Amino acid sequence: MQRHLISAADLTRDDAVLILDTAEEMARVADRPIKKLPTLRGRTVVNLFFEDSTRTRISFEAAEKRLSADVINFSAKGSSVSKGESLKDTAQTLEAMGVDAVVIRHGASGAPYRLATSGWIDAHVINAGDGTHQHPTQALLDAFTMRRRLVGRDAGLGQDLAGRRITIVGDVLHSRVARSNVDLLHTLGAGVTLVAPPTLLPVGIDTWPCEVSYDLDRTLPKSDAVMMLRVQRERMNAAFFPTEREYSRRYGLDGDRMARMPEHAIVMHPGPMVRGMEITAEVADSDRCTVIEQVANGVSIRMAVLYLLLGGAEFAAKNAPAVTPARTTEEK
Amino acid sequence: MSKILIRGAKVLGGEPQDVLIDGATIAAVGRDLPADGAEIVEAGGKVLLPGLVDLHTHLREPGREDSETVLTGTRAAASGGYTAVFAMANTFPVADTAGVVEQVWRLGKEHGYCDVRPIGAVTVGLEGHKLAELGAMHESAAGVTVFSDDGKCVHDAVIMRRALEYVKAFDGVVAQHAQEPRLTEGAEMNEGVVSAELGLGGWPAVAEESIIARDVLLAEHVGSRVHICHLSTAGSVEIVRWAKSRGIRVTAEVTPHHLLLTDELVRTYDPVYKVNPPLRTERDVTALREALADGTIDIVATDHAPHPHEDKDCEWAAAAMGMVGLETALSVVQETMVDTGLLDWAGVADRMSFQPARIGRAEGHGRPVSAGEPANLTLVDTAYRGSVDPAGFASRSRNTPYEGRELPGRVTHTWLRGKATLVDGKLT
Repeated sequence: MQRHLISAADLTRDDAVLILDTAEEMARVADRPIKKLPTLRGRTVVNLFFEDSTRTRISFEAAEKRLSADVINFSAKGSSVSKGESLKDTAQTLEAMGVDAVVIRHGASGAPYRLATSGWIDAHVINAGDGTHQHPTQALLDAFTMRRRLVGRDAGLGQDLAGRRITIVGDVLHSRVARSNVDLLHTLGAGVTLVAPPTLLPVGIDTWPCEVSYDLDRTLPKSDAVMMLRVQRERMNAAFFPTEREYSRRYGLDGDRMARMPEHAIVMHPGPMVRGMEITAEVADSDRCTVIEQVANGVSIRMAVLYLLLGGAEFAAKNAPAVTPARTTEEK
Repeated sequence: MSKILIRGAKVLGGEPQDVLIDGATIAAVGRDLPADGAEIVEAGGKVLLPGLVDLHTHLREPGREDSETVLTGTRAAASGGYTAVFAMANTFPVADTAGVVEQVWRLGKEHGYCDVRPIGAVTVGLEGHKLAELGAMHESAAGVTVFSDDGKCVHDAVIMRRALEYVKAFDGVVAQHAQEPRLTEGAEMNEGVVSAELGLGGWPAVAEESIIARDVLLAEHVGSRVHICHLSTAGSVEIVRWAKSRGIRVTAEVTPHHLLLTDELVRTYDPVYKVNPPLRTERDVTALREALADGTIDIVATDHAPHPHEDKDCEWAAAAMGMVGLETALSVVQETMVDTGLLDWAGVADRMSFQPARIGRAEGHGRPVSAGEPANLTLVDTAYRGSVDPAGFASRSRNTPYEGRELPGRVTHTWLRGKATLVDGKLT
């Protein structure tokens, strides 16, 4: 593992599998009456959020607290940042207070990379979403969800997603989730197909390690998982598509379309969903939809990332959190 | 003024000769000229060029004296071998009246490091709606001949047409910053493979090319000349080449950084590489070099754009666009054009002195190195190689993309009308 987690593209297959396996260990903590590990006792983690994101912030916070870290939440709104303080000064101020890791969400692509590489601070940097660039923990929790559902909770340990066919549908152009997922799923051996109207695919996409299609109906039967991306209604004002109605008709997932997916295939969504736009209530509330699981898995993944980055060097069985024995009771 | 004898200089890269300066004028060029009491400068095989002329400099004064002033900017120019710079109009206040351009011109004259030729704004406040008083700026002491809203595009086709027509009355030229505004909303870097990966807003080549195509056709229609600022794409080269083949009076410039750097550097998210127009691809760089060599692109202009440290020591989105360039331009041109065999030193003199002076009608600049001509000269140690150290810049700003990079060539002397502004690499 590296010092920082900035981009899903930085992870090797073995790194990623290690994180997923560690997250399985962490998930077992959630099943215990006392959902807490002492691992990061005495370490301080700041959640530095320049962009509103309640769910991601809460997910990181839950993960940090379950690992017994001291948690500081910093929201740019109403802070010195809104009075013109720079990212550099904010980060250095926080580090002076003894922060070991910075979880950063920022509206500008590359802000976490700058923070990690500019020599401004020494703390570990974890990217919690930057602009339209990357959201690596989202990709990891998505891969975790897929591995559990498609390979199996225990059968999946040590495994990647080789040969699985993943379809990602929607606003790829503005999506850090799509970018992170393409990188990570490719690393894990899955075949990815992006489906979107041509206006919502970036120029230059041809070098990405994935297929691109404009036709959802032809892609669905060949999918083991279908990930629907949020499409903001405002996009139609910039002529990315004519109307909401036309978007849902061509690219939305409804019951009829879901029926064309293989029986084992799952429906995923990073949230927040825009019901009636990219996904109908019928699909969102169906058993095949993993939205709620993804949220739960997000905490496990973030625990694993924090544990591996801050907890020291190699993650080996003997250093594993003291929940390993529980696995045997949960086989099958 | 006393006499100066430059001994053994390769004039425009030719055989070593002596050049005698008497007062403000070149008195003689030849072999073994008698010293005759003149101060001797041993050129020792260095290349002697006519003083360089930059058609595109941001001096920032008035308004942003924290990044550059006329004094620091002209000192940087002299360090880089320039004897004349055209100062862009996007100051605060905007150089859209005779008063502002006269102030900038006067400051340049007082400091005496290089001639400052102010560029007047095309439209009031660079807003693109109403023509500025172009005639008044031309008639002012500053004698403005080049007009530009640089930093912004004159995007309204009617305003552009009128400006092109209007300046014909006094042989002016409009220098267009070609950037279709709607196609570049939220643009942060070249649109392509790298922007797709980095998730940065794309600045498509077509936003430049479509404006150039429109403007060469407008220039043809109204019989005016038009100048294209910082041309940056292979497609733009083709359009300008086509326009010239039709006899349209278009001229174009390329910056040193677009001759050397590509958008791959943006992968570092280091805002020192953030510039407008953005760094393009390898294919564009190759096309630009070829176009400069074959004359499709007429000149090299620096687009010297100083910014204070804090405007670059931040995340990409928050950073200002632009790079300083006056003190590294000649080295980058040597690296990309001379050392590659694309251009000889006579060609460099043409692209960096003769042509920019001609386009901007800068009298007394861009003249041949021969007897009777004004002694605007620069001496270049072309054998030198060294890494760029911004700490040594005369510019007030340090936002160079070449820090630590090894580049060839070093300007050792610059003379402005016979007066040394740079001696042995040190400003006078």
